[in-house]
Amino acid sequence: MIGGLAALLLCQLAGELLARALHLPVPGPVIGMGLLLATLLLGGRVPEGIGTAADGLLAHLGLLFIPAGVGVVLHLDLLAAGAWPIGLAILGGTLLALGLTGLVAQRLLGRR
Amino acid sequence: MNPLGELWVYLSREPLAALTATLCAWWVALRVQRWCGSHPLANPVLLAVALLAGALLLAGIAYRDYFAGAQFVHFLLGPATVALAVPLARQWAAVRARPLAILAAVGTGSLAAILSGLALGWGFGGGAGLMASLAPRATTAPVAMGVSEALGGLPSLTAVIVICCGVVGAALGPLLLTLLGVRDMRARGLALGTASHGIGTARALSVDAEAGAFSALAMGLNALGTALLLPLLWRWLAG
Repeated sequence: MIGGLAALLLCQLAGELLARALHLPVPGPVIGMGLLLATLLLGGRVPEGIGTAADGLLAHLGLLFIPAGVGVVLHLDLLAAGAWPIGLAILGGTLLALGLTGLVAQRLLGRR
Repeated sequence: MNPLGELWVYLSREPLAALTATLCAWWVALRVQRWCGSHPLANPVLLAVALLAGALLLAGIAYRDYFAGAQFVHFLLGPATVALAVPLARQWAAVRARPLAILAAVGTGSLAAILSGLALGWGFGGGAGLMASLAPRATTAPVAMGVSEALGGLPSLTAVIVICCGVVGAALGPLLLTLLGVRDMRARGLALGTASHGIGTARALSVDAEAGAFSALAMGLNALGTALLLPLLWRWLAG
């Protein structure tokens, strides 16, 4: 568990360092995700410690969004002013992406 | 200074109060979700944010003071993003079986989500800040916030929008997919994960294990693709 957490942090640290050193536009943790995925695939399996740490973090992923989400109090006037584009992007944009992905996936995956 | 005032100064200086409030709000929100029979509209993230935002506004506490404590929870988004590699690695066999079909489907949905966000933000004259906050909204929150920040958007606005997109997709997505005749569980999962990230994946998992697996996969691929391609697309559109 601790080893797993350390591995996650090491990947994030490596990702942040790479993003800064190479001036990449990608967030450091995403590079870290790529590094971890490459390592796991090369190793051929997910070590138990990393699996436990990852499952523990991802089980309460929702909790981690809350501090940033509460930041909505800073943007209440912006949300009120942009209620239409924001509301339409959320409702229309999400359903458009959802429907398109489903139709393309079903067509391309075909019968098994 | 009176004792109550001293107590207030102590509470606002230490991270303890903000952390406790955040965890309590999450706990209450999870309980409410269970009371509502896990109805997709009773989303715990939305509930907890509403509780805390309401409390801050009522008590007149500055968001900066709250965040000074809650940032320790916020920090964990980084390692959680890295941890998304684990479900992706576990489902790698399924990806390798049909890589092109999966990539094409997720890529289509991802592009549709980005472009519809940009078009709506631009069409309503929202300016670059709003567009940058809307564009990455279909990806999982840690990635969306990172990308939004990198593009000059408002990460906290993006977080709220991302959460709302998850709730909309999880609540209405299954109905829409049935109306469109998408019955393949793999396709339904890919659609939910692409458009509604973790909240959609939770919903897919509660319906069907295979749909859940493909949803987690789509969420990871969309996060990686958006993080890699949106900054480049943005630079190209701006330049």
